[in-house]
Amino acid sequence: MSLLHLVILAPFVLAILVPFLYKYVRQVHTGWFVMILPLTLFIYFLQFLPMISRGETIYEQQPWIPSLGINFDVYVDGLGLLFGLLITGIGTLVVLYSIYYLYNKKKESLHNFYVYLLMFMGAMLGVVFSDNLMTLYIFWELTSLASSLLIAYWFHKERSRYGAQKSMLITVSGGFAMLAGFSLLYVMTNTFSIREIIAQADVIVTSPLFIPAMLLVLAGAFTKSAQFPFHIWLPDAMEAPTPVSAYLHSATMVKAGIYLVARLTPVFGITQHWFWIVSGFGIFTLIWGSVSAIRQKDLKAILAFSTISQLGLIMALLGLGSAAFHYDVAVVGTLYYTATLAAVFHLINHATFKGSLFMIVGIVDHETGTRDIRKLGGLMAIMPITFTVALIGTLSMAGVPPFNGFLSKEMFFTAALNATTMDIFNMQTLGILFPVIAWIASIFTFAYCILMFSRTFLGKFKPEKLEKEVHEAPIGLLIPPIVLASLVVIFGLFPNLLAYSIIEPTMASILPNVLADGERFYVNIYHWHGFNTELFMTIGVVIFGSLIYLNLKKWAEVNWFLRERDPLNWVYDNSLVWTVNGSIKVTNMQMTGLLRDYFVFMTVFIIGLMGYTMIKYNIFAIDLANVAEVSPYVLILVIVLLATTVLLPFISHRITAIVATGVIGFLIALLFVVFRAPDLALTQLLVETVMVVLFLLAFYHLPELRKEKFTPRFKLTNLVVSIGVGLVITLTALSAHAFSHANPIQPISDYFVKNSYELAGGKNMVNVILVDFRGLDTMLEVLVLAIAALGIVVLIKLRMTGKEDV
Amino acid sequence: MLELSLTIALIIMALSILVCFIRVVKGPTMSDRVVALDTVGITLIGIIGIVMIIQNTLAYADVILVIAILAFIGSVALAKFIEGGVVFDRDHN
Repeated sequence: MSLLHLVILAPFVLAILVPFLYKYVRQVHTGWFVMILPLTLFIYFLQFLPMISRGETIYEQQPWIPSLGINFDVYVDGLGLLFGLLITGIGTLVVLYSIYYLYNKKKESLHNFYVYLLMFMGAMLGVVFSDNLMTLYIFWELTSLASSLLIAYWFHKERSRYGAQKSMLITVSGGFAMLAGFSLLYVMTNTFSIREIIAQADVIVTSPLFIPAMLLVLAGAFTKSAQFPFHIWLPDAMEAPTPVSAYLHSATMVKAGIYLVARLTPVFGITQHWFWIVSGFGIFTLIWGSVSAIRQKDLKAILAFSTISQLGLIMALLGLGSAAFHYDVAVVGTLYYTATLAAVFHLINHATFKGSLFMIVGIVDHETGTRDIRKLGGLMAIMPITFTVALIGTLSMAGVPPFNGFLSKEMFFTAALNATTMDIFNMQTLGILFPVIAWIASIFTFAYCILMFSRTFLGKFKPEKLEKEVHEAPIGLLIPPIVLASLVVIFGLFPNLLAYSIIEPTMASILPNVLADGERFYVNIYHWHGFNTELFMTIGVVIFGSLIYLNLKKWAEVNWFLRERDPLNWVYDNSLVWTVNGSIKVTNMQMTGLLRDYFVFMTVFIIGLMGYTMIKYNIFAIDLANVAEVSPYVLILVIVLLATTVLLPFISHRITAIVATGVIGFLIALLFVVFRAPDLALTQLLVETVMVVLFLLAFYHLPELRKEKFTPRFKLTNLVVSIGVGLVITLTALSAHAFSHANPIQPISDYFVKNSYELAGGKNMVNVILVDFRGLDTMLEVLVLAIAALGIVVLIKLRMTGKEDV
Repeated sequence: MLELSLTIALIIMALSILVCFIRVVKGPTMSDRVVALDTVGITLIGIIGIVMIIQNTLAYADVILVIAILAFIGSVALAKFIEGGVVFDRDHN
């Protein structure tokens, strides 16, 4: 157990302590205690930066279930550290923000909030640092759980519970698919260690399980990262408190899928399936999200769809980046890994500007009481600091210089344009789609950014629509977004701060073996590229985006524009209803509550199984060579027996039926006599008499046998089923007899015949077997009788009078 | 000779069980059935006796006794049932 393990587990430990801190230290806001941890961890992770940027990695082992290959192994490389820094860094800011956001110590159940949040933080750290797929999966599910708990933090609200359930259902089903994918990876490589799996990538690519494993893993990544069509949970997760939305649903959890895709790119990325699925879904999510965002009226909903769209962008870049495996960098230069570079850079940028924007929206909500853009307006003069921060965040998101969003957008265009020059995977013909869709999506992105910003801060102030007296937010609420916004500016002006410290090592983890030993990726991010296509595309984005914004009034008349909810929600809601109704129907169809139906099911199953087996293996046989002679009186006995049995169902008088049953019993006793079984005959007689008496006793209290009117169909079913059972059992018995004749087996009865007197000192062999050779069975039979007797006594004596549930 | 006569006797007895059985089924009253059943029991005793001779064994002597007792008890129980509707009387106090 190294320090790194403790670092990952530290949030969980603190989560245990939080309720005590909340209960016993009432005068201090619990968040202050919580904030220390991510801050410490952030500083701790920063120390790794020099080492990681030199290209070194850390690997610590901790056996957990070594017999199954499941270990809590921790691996720190560029990709893991980048996420670790995001999680702890933004975590610190979010906790600070939440202290001021959930300022009412009495009203808010802070102990719940911080326990969930810490649980999430620990789980997220576990996801990004785990080297073992199973450990990763466990932490992955913990993030889903913590996320649902946080979404339903105000659990008295119906929308919160709906959102929590939705996110839980979608992410956990994806997670489960991912588990199946991981299991397939284990089947192929015989290890759970990600590094060893990457080392065996060539084995995986040629395996027939490759495609199923890839699809299953991607299902996990796409559900978590809100890719089309699994993105629908994210807008509904906006019912969570804003710090949660800022942390989970913009900066960290939704990037877990991105992390997984990036982490497993070396495993799957070599194929065109991966390239097309990842980049195709990504680019479609990008445009779907940006077009949906412009329809929203709620600030958080705009941001949610914007997150979906930006995640699609990163995903598409990761997909495009996987093409780098097919090119020799020494020959073509930096061209094909620009996509990966853009993905990593935009990942960082998105976390900064989206985090700050969420916090800004939280502030606006906090200070005005609404997030509806139709009620807001003209806040610029009232909330100048908020306005400034929002301006930076929005422009960065829209991709306007000099902020960092512009740089990553330029790189995105470069990567999309590069895609058209590729000569693999049919990209010669389909590649043109990438820059076109990217460009259209960016126009919409620009438009909704401007819309969101101007409707909130520009225009006329409408105090009559607001419930509160509006004023600038307290400084505590403002610090975290200010920090993030300054990062936006810093990364925008000095992007090369990040270049070789974190971006390059991250790229090395995503694209290993692309470069020769000792080489490094060339990372140089700068604003001015000259008059190239990308620049004209950006200018086009600004122009067309403004045009869309200016013509929004006309758009508003289009019916499509008014529909805020994503149309895919219809599928989700209805499939939920259908699933429930369908299961109820299926259950009602078979669970009729009628014993006779269950008997039909059981017997039909037996008939089917036995009949199928007999036909399939053709085992039916009749062997008449080995049958004993039938004497005429036995024949008569059997005829009477059969006649009684056949008549039994037609008897309508109950006592007659009982007597007929008695007759059958007595005839069987007689058969025992004929077949030389005196003890059996004796017992049979006694038991049969007792049975008849008991029947009479019990049936006296019952009404006369009811003449039930059965439909012919019901009667026919019964007839068919009973004949079928009789036939199958008879045929089985005949075949068994023939089989035993064909394959003679030494009966063990010879042993009893020889030894019952010698060993047990008894001449009655049956009794000797019952009490000596096989005494255990007898003992348990006695026990059965005792239990039955006690049961009867209890049933008779213990009469519940009330409504006890027995 | 003995073998043949024993077989004939068995067949006759089996036929008599068949006849009794027809009575059990037809009725028409409950008492008819009970008496027929009683007769079945007694015929059974005869059959078992003959079977004992055929199989040359004494092992079924118990069975004969038990059938005799049971036929009696059974008939009494059924008779009581027909008479009063109950087999076992309850305590009147």
